[in-house]
Amino acid sequence: MKKIVFSLSFAATALSAGLAFSQAPDLADEIIRGRYQAILADCGACHTAPGAKPLSGGLPLETPFGQLIPPNITPDRATGIGNWTGEDFRRALTTGIGHEGKRLYPAMPYTAYTKMSEQDIQNLWSYIRTVEPVFNPVDANQLPFPFNIRLSMLGWNMLNFQAGEFQPDPSKSPEWNRGAFIVQGPGHCGACHSPKTFLGADRTDQALQGASLQGWYAPNITGNSYIGIGSSSEDEIIRYLRTGVNAHTIASGPMAEAIQASTSQMTDEDLKAIVTYLKSTEGGQTGKPQPIAASDPHMTAGAAIYHDTCSACHGGDGKGASQLFPTLAGNAIVQQPSAETLVRLVLNGSQAVATPDARTTPSMPSLGWRLSDQQVADVLTYVRNSWGNAASAVQASDIASKR
Amino acid sequence: MATILPRKDVVIIGLGWTGAILAHELTEERLEVVAIERGPWRDTATDFNIGYAQDELRYAIRRDLFLQPVVEAMTMRNNTSQTALPMRDYGSFLPGNGVGGAGVHWNGHTWRFWDSDFRIVDHLNERYGPGRGADLTLQNWGITAEEIEGSYDRFEYLAGISGKAGNLKGQIQEGGNPFEDPRSRDYPLPPMQMTYAPTLFAEVTKSIGLHPFPTPSANLSQSYINPLGIAMGQCTMCGFCERFGCANYSKSSAQTTVLPVLMKKRNFEVRTNSEVLHIDLDVSKTRARGVTYVNTSGEEFFQPADLVLLCAYGLHNVRLMMLSGIGPIYDPNTGEGTVGRNYCYQTNSSAQVFFDDKNFNPFIAAGALGQTVDDFNGDAFDHGPLDFVGGAGVNCIPTNGRPIQTRPTPPNTPRWGSAWKQATVQAYKATLGFSSQGSSYPARGNYLDLDPTYTDRFGRPLLRVTFDFPDNDIRMSAYVTSRMEDIAKAFGGRQYVMSPRKKGWDSVPYQSTHNTGGAIMGADPNTSAVNKYLQSWDVPNVFVVGASAFAHNAGKNPTGTVGALAFHTADAIRQQYLRNPGQPLVSV
Repeated sequence: MKKIVFSLSFAATALSAGLAFSQAPDLADEIIRGRYQAILADCGACHTAPGAKPLSGGLPLETPFGQLIPPNITPDRATGIGNWTGEDFRRALTTGIGHEGKRLYPAMPYTAYTKMSEQDIQNLWSYIRTVEPVFNPVDANQLPFPFNIRLSMLGWNMLNFQAGEFQPDPSKSPEWNRGAFIVQGPGHCGACHSPKTFLGADRTDQALQGASLQGWYAPNITGNSYIGIGSSSEDEIIRYLRTGVNAHTIASGPMAEAIQASTSQMTDEDLKAIVTYLKSTEGGQTGKPQPIAASDPHMTAGAAIYHDTCSACHGGDGKGASQLFPTLAGNAIVQQPSAETLVRLVLNGSQAVATPDARTTPSMPSLGWRLSDQQVADVLTYVRNSWGNAASAVQASDIASKR
Repeated sequence: MATILPRKDVVIIGLGWTGAILAHELTEERLEVVAIERGPWRDTATDFNIGYAQDELRYAIRRDLFLQPVVEAMTMRNNTSQTALPMRDYGSFLPGNGVGGAGVHWNGHTWRFWDSDFRIVDHLNERYGPGRGADLTLQNWGITAEEIEGSYDRFEYLAGISGKAGNLKGQIQEGGNPFEDPRSRDYPLPPMQMTYAPTLFAEVTKSIGLHPFPTPSANLSQSYINPLGIAMGQCTMCGFCERFGCANYSKSSAQTTVLPVLMKKRNFEVRTNSEVLHIDLDVSKTRARGVTYVNTSGEEFFQPADLVLLCAYGLHNVRLMMLSGIGPIYDPNTGEGTVGRNYCYQTNSSAQVFFDDKNFNPFIAAGALGQTVDDFNGDAFDHGPLDFVGGAGVNCIPTNGRPIQTRPTPPNTPRWGSAWKQATVQAYKATLGFSSQGSSYPARGNYLDLDPTYTDRFGRPLLRVTFDFPDNDIRMSAYVTSRMEDIAKAFGGRQYVMSPRKKGWDSVPYQSTHNTGGAIMGADPNTSAVNKYLQSWDVPNVFVVGASAFAHNAGKNPTGTVGALAFHTADAIRQQYLRNPGQPLVSV
């Protein structure tokens, strides 16, 4: 540990030419805190491409309006944000207006980062200044007309954006407030998990109730005990966020990336705060519907496919196997209003997240090549309505567009 | 002209069981390690997809996962008076190909060899006086069971072996193998749940005074998390093990026990579809400089490295040593030379019992789900009055009920037509098979060398296998097979059929992929190619790891011992060799 502090202080000293040496330890402290802010805010999720140098620019983001490429935010002067001032950075995070007044698109969640404190942002800036500068020109704006006109975000912000730091609720515990702050602020959980308006803004009235993005369905993460996280214990959810795996489920897709780069590196206190807050929220359908009758022809067909194709791993009873094959019985992800994630898993397969505490990275194989649209629909209808599960039927027409 | 690549600390040839274990161990020492693998990358979800992993035609008949003769063939003959010819297809044994090697498609029987194997010459002399096995070229291995116990233990825990200890620190355990040497602790998992055939076998053998026990299995009886933190699942008894990759993460292999951790290490890299042509030595011929390999586009590369680990299939290890000029090649006329000597195989026989009133449901099966009797194995029984040494494990391990290959019919059944169909229907569920897996002891005329005539696609001589079952082993197998007949009679079925082992090894019908020896370990550099740490006597920065190191083959599957030797070598490199690199660990 000493060694790390030393090298950070050294970097800090080098960077802060002109500052009195005695100030350097404070800056080192800021950098260490800033690094943690970068974890909370999961900057790397968008700004670091797989295998690339940290924050040197990401993979294209597919939005309903077109493609955006997360820019290079290393301190490189030519292609990164080396010319920015701390004030530029603060303004970008809190108002969506970057260097030289250039307006950002809200794919950059300044709508959430605005809740961060001045000090958090200052720390984050100090950290970002220490990242290795990388020359990597990125043309972020790939949107078609008229969305490519950045000034249009002026109007968008007027309609959809409220600037301002997080305001704690004095009637709640400090832990709850910390959780609310992370979820609504730097953690920007709603960016994926909240439904969007036609303008792409979070529907605040339905916050965290689940949404589609990039071919996945980010599930309801409110305290809803039917389709949210209400029926999972606090420890189970913390374990999931820390390792990507718990007794019932295994992360894959975009959440796997968020766990790897962000939640697995958060402190236990922050994870507990997040869960405390999420469990206190509500939203989405609460009453579990009647499951579709086992005698329904789609259910009987689905059962046959399930026992042929799925049961070897997930078990005849849907219980799966710890750390390898998710439990399907009682799994809220299986019962979301949208079966998009399930369709994707069956068609394309997926690989589990790798974290230091979950190293197996088992995979769901692709089965799209051997199951017809109707068969995929039927087996998912069966999984969503067996062993105590209940959810809407999946239609063959839901499958074709996902292939 | 080969492209010269940046130096690595360690180059590993072949990424199967031993390559993966050694790569993991040596990357823990922060060494930069590269593995060069001839075959393709293989991964559970993509290559053993549950949707097609159980395709008997593709994998068992057409042998999709195996080495094809177009890549590397071998020539064979039974003795030196014959001219060896190339095998046009692999049959008698089936080497693996690709990441995971033969460890991908094994059945999973995971044995420990005995002290009476490792010290075979001393043991026979002590028990029977000098002169036993005089017609053989038996040699001590240079280690003892006690010395390698910890390495067996590590392999068994890595792989999540399911079994029942028979001897815990000298205390014989009821229900385990009473003939095994002391082990420090029990298997990591309990035995698999038995199906009917092995259950009946255990009852019958017990009733005639034998000591059945559950076969130690790498098909997992329960879910398991190994010491590397890698999770495995409970075996579903689908009956697609041998010749198949496991789709359920429930058969131990490099894929299911090591690679998830190894592949994420920054100081490890694998280059697949890259075939090592030879190990390059310096002018003194006592130090390896690295290896030369070729990719599928025909481009040649030289990979410099300080340490070279030969971790290919045993037969390939031997050939690469010969092609690289590491150690003198064995000459059966003089008995001199070390590389190629003591090539051994496996001496098997089998029995079938046909019943009228039983249903064994043979499709509920796993590669190592069964019962074994070791009463006639190794030197577990008194050979004093007998005219042979060695023995065989007797195994009732119904590995599968697959539709193409599992079609037992009684003798004199027509080979086709309605009578055949009728007999198949009758016999499919009501037939019990069991077999002996016998020791294979070395003889002067059984050896490996380079073929003088035939070459591979790169113009390199093929490996020549000169082998026949020694008379000693035929006598051994006849004896054990007649004990099996006692068992077959005790079953009380309608009919039984014995298939004894006969002289004249035939390379066509499948027998066993347990080819051992050729680069054997030992205490004497005149009669062994590697020392007891599997370090080449001649080129000390080369280690040769695998069943090639077996000085003979016991009546057991080799993988447990191969895995143990890999850990044994890894420990020697980590604890001794790296302190003084390039130096022999054993001086004579």
